[in-house]
Amino acid sequence: MSTAAHSAAGGPLARLSDALWRSPRLLLAILLGPPLLWLGVIYLGSLFALLLQSFFSIDHFTGMVVREFTLRTYAELFTPANFDIIVRTVTMAACVTLASAIIGFPIAYYAARYARGRWRAAFYLGIMMPLWSSYLVKVYAWKLILAKEGILNWALDGIHLQWVLDAYLSLPVVGGNSLSVSPTGTFIVFVYVWMPFMILPMQAALERVPVSMLEASGDLGAQPGQTFRHVLFPLALPGVVAGSIFTFSLTLGDYIIPQIIGTSRLFIGQAVYQHQGVAGNIPLAAAFAVVPILIMGLYLWGAKRMGAFNAL
Amino acid sequence: MHSDRAPLGLKIAAAAGLAFLHLPILLIFVYAFTTEEKSYQWPPPGLTLKWFAVTWNRPDVWQALMLSLKVASVATLVAMVLGTLCAAAVSRSKFFGRETVSLLVILPIALPGVVTGIALRSAFSLADVPFSTWTIVLGHATFCVVIVYNNAVARFRRTSGSLIEASMDLGATYFQTLRFVILPNIATALVVGGMLAFALSFDEVIVTTFTSGQQQTLPIWMLEELVRPRQRPVTNVVAMVVVLVTLLPILGAYYLTRGTDTVAGQGK
Amino acid sequence: MPAVSFDKVSRHFGSVRAVDGVDLDIGEGEFFAMLGPSGSGKTTCLRLIAGFERPTAGDIRLFGDSVRDLPPYRRQVNTVFQDYALFPHLNVRDNVGYGLMIAGRPRAERDREVAAALEMVRLGGYGQRKPSELSGGQRQRVALARALVNRPRVLLLDEPLGALDLKLREQMQEELKSLQRQLGITFVFVTHDQGEALSMADRIAVFNEGRIQQVGTPEDVYFRPDVPFVADFVGSSNVLPAALVETLTGRRQPAAIRPERLRLGSGSGGALSAQVTGLSFLGLTTRVTLKAGDTRLTALLPQDAPRPAEGDTVSLEWAPSDLHLMRGSA
Repeated sequence: MSTAAHSAAGGPLARLSDALWRSPRLLLAILLGPPLLWLGVIYLGSLFALLLQSFFSIDHFTGMVVREFTLRTYAELFTPANFDIIVRTVTMAACVTLASAIIGFPIAYYAARYARGRWRAAFYLGIMMPLWSSYLVKVYAWKLILAKEGILNWALDGIHLQWVLDAYLSLPVVGGNSLSVSPTGTFIVFVYVWMPFMILPMQAALERVPVSMLEASGDLGAQPGQTFRHVLFPLALPGVVAGSIFTFSLTLGDYIIPQIIGTSRLFIGQAVYQHQGVAGNIPLAAAFAVVPILIMGLYLWGAKRMGAFNAL
Repeated sequence: MHSDRAPLGLKIAAAAGLAFLHLPILLIFVYAFTTEEKSYQWPPPGLTLKWFAVTWNRPDVWQALMLSLKVASVATLVAMVLGTLCAAAVSRSKFFGRETVSLLVILPIALPGVVTGIALRSAFSLADVPFSTWTIVLGHATFCVVIVYNNAVARFRRTSGSLIEASMDLGATYFQTLRFVILPNIATALVVGGMLAFALSFDEVIVTTFTSGQQQTLPIWMLEELVRPRQRPVTNVVAMVVVLVTLLPILGAYYLTRGTDTVAGQGK
Repeated sequence: MPAVSFDKVSRHFGSVRAVDGVDLDIGEGEFFAMLGPSGSGKTTCLRLIAGFERPTAGDIRLFGDSVRDLPPYRRQVNTVFQDYALFPHLNVRDNVGYGLMIAGRPRAERDREVAAALEMVRLGGYGQRKPSELSGGQRQRVALARALVNRPRVLLLDEPLGALDLKLREQMQEELKSLQRQLGITFVFVTHDQGEALSMADRIAVFNEGRIQQVGTPEDVYFRPDVPFVADFVGSSNVLPAALVETLTGRRQPAAIRPERLRLGSGSGGALSAQVTGLSFLGLTTRVTLKAGDTRLTALLPQDAPRPAEGDTVSLEWAPSDLHLMRGSA
């Protein structure tokens, strides 16, 4: 009359299974071990090594890294030239985020509120396909568009509006010799490449707004504008914040777009790349890399307090 | 707001926004057929298929493509194993530090790619690891884990926890349960996660520039062409092929997840 | 030898004592109910028998053998889950045949047994359907067949009728009872519905806060509750606090009295005077809620009894044998 005579027979796997049942911690360790080793040791270890290097400095005469704790490298970030890079990058990230939200909102709102059935699928793919299309190809497409002999100038010529663009390009700060070497060009490509990352979380947040709530606002006498400002926007805000995490972070760390379309003025990503590569100044590159980490840390902390993660 | 018809202004704005997102990509398809070699002239002076043949016979393109496929395959495989294990642990038990594990998985894509890239590069140089295909794979797998993880976690959440208990109740060991119950139930989520991870890896350039040494993946090859154009028509053709190759897994993932709660773009 | 026995079993989750020092014997062939509110520990006890949880302390024996170290797949116990837990990727036939497949039984034999099991739950011919194509009642029968086809010595049922509508539930109660009689194996089922427990079980264990309050036949727990909790939860009896009972009988113990045994008189002839706070018409009876000092009471009056009005002061009377003294304080 043994109860232990059930089907599961012996064999090493069955015995291992018994051991896992007796010790759920062992099971958890087996599940979590490999990913934690990979991400925890390799990835966090690398980040930590990076952080460590940012507290070293470089000997400007020998070009060798001095492995002694110092804050001198961080102080270098605040030289006018370097600080300028940080300000430029953060300003660009903020502008790109804002523009993505404004241009993306109608798409997200339409997809969440009005698109049904087949249109819904079409909208979804319409956002997903540009998001997943090759990043470099997208940048390349804009190189084609903004080229002097390219489609944009051809179109402007066709409708005799070339002078508008020329007038715009003669403006200080945003202008330049042509769109492809102006900050405006960089800005357009950034918005183009990162906007889908803003649309998806906005759409997710808007889908959670019950239509009846908007109708209630209308019933209570609100104009569409007022409904937007007092009801729709506050409810969509967590989605906007969630999306802005992507657009902001991606813009902060990008070094390829400004290198291909834009002026010779550097962004943080380019500074990191150049200091570690050509200049061999790993400590300064590391310190530069810590800047986006810090900014994103603050940003995520703020976003978490606004409940933006529920919209991810 | 009482009608279910969108206001005209909203329609126009949404359409314009979508056009802004799609027209530039469509442009690539036209340029692949242009007869113009030296500039980006629009409209194309003529159309030809010649550049497809030229590209076909370029060994450097083939090499880069093969490396990209190899890296994406291995990285996807690693990411599928790690992401699934992590998702299983997080969704099955409530252990101390669960939130931390989720954060750790998301971190490699939450932080800018340049940070991940230089962190890995400086770690390689500190540890005297020479650059190779494997250093590229290592970087790619790190940020692909989250894609598989997100898809698997969503599926685990929808799969009733009592299925595993039911299987064990009916006499199956953990391993039999894995084979006969868990894997069949999460298979599509894994395939979708794998496809998306593949697409992400196939297209990645920022981290790769830091971890690749002398080898060229297809995106690195394209980057070279963008910075220092050598033969523009070949680049045009490659760009078009890359768009098509990355879209296939995305469309596949979409059709597999239609009507479920898994969003194919989660957390790219 | 008892089929299942708990020996000072505890299961704690951190500081939560889900099951706290339970002693219990369930006999072979018994239809046994574990009854209690949610969070009372009854489901955890079932999971301890199945092997999904391990006791923090104490020991569980199945037919005399300790199963402390036996994982679920080594116990001759099968479970019908509350959500049925049918495998969504398998059809009905493969769901029912899962246990036999794992046990390595040949295909032909499996098919025969599965067909017989489906016939037993009156689902012959449903083998090719997917679980998603079945109604709630049908899923439940599949879950039952899937468990029984393995010929367990103990069948565990976790709120087996909870997800069914009222009519189906009554029908399934009958079916489960006759099935158990026919198979002669031990059924242990968990429920929070006292009516279900009373009508189906041979014996009932009433759980509260991780402990067993009383074990006994349905008549025992209904008419002779040991503690105020059982009186209230199982029988919806009136519980008179110890201090009040002391003034009535001289014994400082809580007592229970069934609502249908309370009689209402006018004036002050009765044992206790109370004020009527509400009346509701139930068809055959009228429910009267009353307040005597701080104690709230309920009386069920037959159709022909004179009805008081709200706000009346009445005197309550009962036969001395209807006042059931309990242990504990209330």
